[in-house]
Amino acid sequence: MASSGTERPERQIMDAQEIQRSMSRIAHEILERNRGVGDLVLVGIHTRGVILSQRLAENIQRFEGSQAPLAELDINLYRDDLQARENPRVRPTKFPVDIQGKRVVLVDDVLFTGRTIRAALDALSDLGRPRQVQLAILVDRGHRELPIRADYVGKNVPTSLDEEVKVRLTETDQNEDVIIVKLGREIK
Amino acid sequence: MTTPDAMALGNDPQDVTLAGTASTRRNVLDLDDFTPDEIASVLDDTGAMVEVLGRDIKKVPTLRGRVVVTMFYESSTRTRISFEEAGKVLSADVINMASSGSSVDKGESLLNTGLTLQAMGVDVLVVRHPHSGAPYLLARHLPQVSIINAGDGLHAHPTQALLDLYTMRERLGSLSGARVVIVGDVLHSRVARSNLWGLTKMGAQVVLSGPTTLMPLDLLSGRDELEEDHPFAQVEVDTDLDRAIEGADVVMALRLQSERQQGGFLPSIREYIRRWQVTDDRLAKARSGALVMHPGPMNEGVEISTSLAHGESSVIEAQVTNGVAVRMALLYRLCAGRGGRNGEGNS
Amino acid sequence: MLNRTHNRPVLIKGARIVDPGRGMDAAGDVLTQEGRIVSAGPILSPSDVPDGTHSIPSNGLVVAPGFIDLHSHLREPGYEYKETIATGARAAARGGFTSVCCMPNTDPAIDNEAVVELVKRRADADALVRVFPIGAVTKGRKGRELCEMEELAAAGVVAYSDDGDPVYDPNIMRLALTYTLDLGMPVINHCQEHSLCPGGVMAEGWTATRLGLPGIPAAAEEAMVSRDLALAEMTGGWLHLAHLSTAGSVDLVRQARQRGVSVTCEVCPQHLYLTDEWALGYQGDTVRTAGTLNYDTSTKVYPPLRGRSDVEALIEGLAEGVIDCIATDHAPHELASKEVTYEEASFGISVLETALGSLLALVHGGRISLSTLVDRLTVGPARVLGPSFEQYATLEAGSPADLVLFDPNLEWTVDTSQFASRGRNTPLQGASLKGRVVATMVEGRLVHQDFGV
Repeated sequence: MASSGTERPERQIMDAQEIQRSMSRIAHEILERNRGVGDLVLVGIHTRGVILSQRLAENIQRFEGSQAPLAELDINLYRDDLQARENPRVRPTKFPVDIQGKRVVLVDDVLFTGRTIRAALDALSDLGRPRQVQLAILVDRGHRELPIRADYVGKNVPTSLDEEVKVRLTETDQNEDVIIVKLGREIK
Repeated sequence: MTTPDAMALGNDPQDVTLAGTASTRRNVLDLDDFTPDEIASVLDDTGAMVEVLGRDIKKVPTLRGRVVVTMFYESSTRTRISFEEAGKVLSADVINMASSGSSVDKGESLLNTGLTLQAMGVDVLVVRHPHSGAPYLLARHLPQVSIINAGDGLHAHPTQALLDLYTMRERLGSLSGARVVIVGDVLHSRVARSNLWGLTKMGAQVVLSGPTTLMPLDLLSGRDELEEDHPFAQVEVDTDLDRAIEGADVVMALRLQSERQQGGFLPSIREYIRRWQVTDDRLAKARSGALVMHPGPMNEGVEISTSLAHGESSVIEAQVTNGVAVRMALLYRLCAGRGGRNGEGNS
Repeated sequence: MLNRTHNRPVLIKGARIVDPGRGMDAAGDVLTQEGRIVSAGPILSPSDVPDGTHSIPSNGLVVAPGFIDLHSHLREPGYEYKETIATGARAAARGGFTSVCCMPNTDPAIDNEAVVELVKRRADADALVRVFPIGAVTKGRKGRELCEMEELAAAGVVAYSDDGDPVYDPNIMRLALTYTLDLGMPVINHCQEHSLCPGGVMAEGWTATRLGLPGIPAAAEEAMVSRDLALAEMTGGWLHLAHLSTAGSVDLVRQARQRGVSVTCEVCPQHLYLTDEWALGYQGDTVRTAGTLNYDTSTKVYPPLRGRSDVEALIEGLAEGVIDCIATDHAPHELASKEVTYEEASFGISVLETALGSLLALVHGGRISLSTLVDRLTVGPARVLGPSFEQYATLEAGSPADLVLFDPNLEWTVDTSQFASRGRNTPLQGASLKGRVVATMVEGRLVHQDFGV
């Protein structure tokens, strides 16, 4: 991979095929646990969570023959670190379906401190009252700062705080993989 | 050579960062210092804010603990309430300072009032003032506060222009190449001026129509030696509205202040109506489906006919709704990156 | 009382002597004694210099008659928080001015003998330079009834003006020009037809429109200049037009002169050096404040700063002699009256201490000769003030030792915190100027010296 010979050490932890397998497995787990598509709503968190939720929906469609409704959530208005962010952007939140009484599966790419999920839970509660909220994550890198855990995990990856986990998907990035980048001494 | 006096008189080199840059915008004073990309991104954010306004519970916690003061030295209902709603939907504490019954009545200067509010920890000051440049005076002297210009004299009204741009882009798909006819007292219209900046930056074709006495001809001629390719070079002026309106995508009627007739700019309102009222007949010459806009408050039957003001082509009410969303987008943008609690990046 | 005369002889050695009244521009020595010029011209031999003479080394410096300012606002009585006769006179000394005429828009106005006496008494007590009051044209400067003009003349005024405001009423202006025919002093008018510029705060044009500020068209000045020239022509009275600011005004004066109208006129340093664009934050060709408008209230002045073509016409008029003299219209203000919106801000610039530095740009730029510049600051204003002022505008032996010594090439940065004037209101704050006064002498006494390090 590109890591060899570059000054900025990065290492791949998942390739395209592994991502695909993980999505496939998580789709199965969601169906198994919720006994089919039923009351399900897949809610992707902008930006890569939205893409991953679409992939889960495609898998579910393939396995089950029925469509799980999709929604998009932007959590920027619910963040607790607005002051520290320069030039923040908000993306549209789209809920074509009512989540009242539904089983919502939040989908995101990386689970780290848990603050994004906290914000997403706050946002969800402004949009309705689901019966249950579950969490699907492609990579869990640890270092939680809040009591939050994922129901579905593509891969658990131990990391240190001076590393960054990057999920790259073809829809938004050139590559399709997950890499760890060493930030050096800079700890965000 | 920096002295307290020099700073006070506005000669301080820090002025270079008065408006901030696109990535760290501190104040919204006019659209002249916005890049097309920044305008586009504000309009994108506005779309997200429109979604929030469409919810059952119109409240997000974004600006909890932020203090927004509206400081209006000119009467206004629509703009003040629009800012107030924008702040409140975002959970900011919004305080309205009316100029009567306040320190303004006691003769306190604008600057001292601003300094007092800064000392109280206000985050955003929304200012409307009858004098052009008043928000610039505050922006220059209040480094801890973000200033939003809610209309200054004859000069600018950037939030109105942004909501107009949003409304047009939403309906037309794109502003680039759109033919926008602005009709009326352009010379005294801060709305028209800020729209001139915004529309020309976004690639729209602007046509101004109205009495020659009310056209800002000086502005259009530009200052070539200082501003090469100045953005108004392509703006057309056509006093014949029937001709100007041909093929228009948008017709924006401006409020005609009755003072203009008293000031002798017009022989009579009757003649104005005959020549420049936006009517169904005139709109028929525009592109089919053309939008009718008005920044409000309207003098129905003067600059715009009643049937048109409330007709199918009118997006005047949408302008009002979008105004709240645009102001939310700007408050959000200005409050970000203002320091304070040390937040951990989410992941 | 300040003792003005300086008994110790002073020798200014090896300076460039610019004395336009005598057509002199040559290196030489100037010797003063007992408050008078002993000699200004050829290099003096040691035997010509008395013992105990204080010698000032002056290589590379210019010595000229002290400048005469026809038009200053010293603000006293009534506005001592803006300026006093003492601080204004000190600012004048620092600017190389040895005589200053102060305008009567004080409170109370200089419209009767008592106020003239007050100003003269204050000047005698506190002023480093000569101060000459100008009397009002009309009582209280209200534009309705003529002052007792002869009483004012007897009390010592040197001209009449309602400056700060025009004499609006054409008939009053006619009567003033007629009544003063036997008094031998000019009526100075500040020309601006206000009905053409309601609420106007800066020159009409692109900049004003860009800033959304109400404009003052050139025609507002020219309409009244025209009117006053017609009245002067009709009455034969002596008209002096204050602070011309437009190309059209220069043309009108040029034509009137050709017809033999008795008119003199002045231009201010700010209208020769600054343009309306300075209100945007442009400083000449460089942008002082990028990315945003400036609304610099220190540029707000009557008449307003105008565009480049007007500035060019004024420079030509000055070079040609259509414009007799340069007057400062020094208008100091307290900070608070400028720390407001542009529309609320007071009109006026504090000019005395930057005048020479900004005017020398015309010389450095090859627009006028140094001798012409000095002429317009000395001989020109003296001509407007009458024969008794000729003695102050020359270095001829026997005349009062009022002179200025300046370095035309010294570059310095304007720092208003160092001003002697109480008025720190100038858009030139922080600007770099080339040319600075080194010493000023009034009646043989050094009232200002700054030989630097």
